[in-house]
Amino acid sequence: MTVVLVDAGGTNIGSVRYALQRLGVDAALTSDAAAIRAADKVILPGVGAAGPGMARLRELGLVELMRSLTQPVLGVCLGMQLLCAHSEEGDTECLGLIPATVCRFAERPGLRVPHMGWNGLTVQNAHPLLQDLSDGEQAYFVHSYAVPMNEWTLASANYGEPFSAVVARGNFHGMQFHPERSATVGARLLKNFLAL
Amino acid sequence: MLSRRIIPCLDVRDGQVVKGVRFRDHVAMGGIVDLALRYRDEGADELVFYDITASPEGRSVDRGWVEKVARVIDIPFCVAGGIRSVDDARAVLHAGADKVSVNSPALERPELVAELAAAFGVQCVVVGVDSLRDADGEWRVRQYTGDPSKTRALARRTLDWVAEAQRLGAGEIVLNCMGSDGVRQGYDLEQLGAVRALCRVPLIASGGAGTIEHFRDAFVEADVDGALAASVFHSGAIAIPELKRYLQGQGVAVRAC
Repeated sequence: MTVVLVDAGGTNIGSVRYALQRLGVDAALTSDAAAIRAADKVILPGVGAAGPGMARLRELGLVELMRSLTQPVLGVCLGMQLLCAHSEEGDTECLGLIPATVCRFAERPGLRVPHMGWNGLTVQNAHPLLQDLSDGEQAYFVHSYAVPMNEWTLASANYGEPFSAVVARGNFHGMQFHPERSATVGARLLKNFLAL
Repeated sequence: MLSRRIIPCLDVRDGQVVKGVRFRDHVAMGGIVDLALRYRDEGADELVFYDITASPEGRSVDRGWVEKVARVIDIPFCVAGGIRSVDDARAVLHAGADKVSVNSPALERPELVAELAAAFGVQCVVVGVDSLRDADGEWRVRQYTGDPSKTRALARRTLDWVAEAQRLGAGEIVLNCMGSDGVRQGYDLEQLGAVRALCRVPLIASGGAGTIEHFRDAFVEADVDGALAASVFHSGAIAIPELKRYLQGQGVAVRAC
């Protein structure tokens, strides 16, 4: 099985790569269209802002390629947000693979933004990606923007209000938290993705 | 619900984890990767590594151990010490750290905080604040605390600096209350509460943990998002699973180990 990490300039690429190594998979880091197209699994990691993230994919000529992929694709954190249609962050048009708009967390008393730390997951729709995940198991989140609940939400988390923690539409999947930093829960979810 | 975080802090010097009392007289506690793994297994929510001599010596953090930790650890970790530029931070983040914490260099040049936030997003940028109450009753910032011979007392008020750091783009504040550090008499709840009142980003308490009740007090009374401690964890005086069970019983949301 070949797994590639799309090098879109995110700083968590190393961590995701090490997490996959711990699962016995050596993923290549690449921005080469042919290598991405040929891979069995494609992971789009990302830390940073939506605008620069999309700009980097455009510069690399990967926007249409990402949209045309048919193998399982996983967007992590910003990578998941880039799969959506649009992000309020920098008013950015994204890949449009999941019809949702990424919104900033509303400032509320006692609700600190960024949402940073471990929060519980609630399964909304059963999916092979969530195999062996129990409600209340926690994952590590770090983000200021989130995908609202929508028909593609597989699992939610709650921060002031419920939002999408895991999404999937067809072969495109997203995790808002960092599975590579979510201890055994994250390792299990990454393993589920690799088994899709 | 978002869990409150328990964060062991590992002060790093010459490839070893060390701990001093009131930021002085450091003694070796063990190897970096060994301790990181031990805390991960015990249920730590996050780790912070401070290269305590990098800033006073004017050098960047050594990336070798950052990468070693990133390979074996599957919880988030933050690296502090000697990060003076976007390039320094990029090297540490690319080596696998999740966040960088800036302290003395941000005091030298506050724009560093804005530059880091623009380059990596606020979620990567932690501002560490070493603070001590002066004789006139004001909390003020200290610089270069890793080396007592180089530590400087600044005129800058702690509350002003926290406000400015947030404005510049800090995604998290770690408040090291130096007056209570290493003496295990409890976190400085008064100071934490004062900072909490103006801190809209996550706030981490540091300095003073001695008993499990001290953690409860920081979470319940000062409403901090995380509590950082070193010696009580390194010495085994407090075990993280036991601490979390106690906190859960006290109604504090924590992640089960």
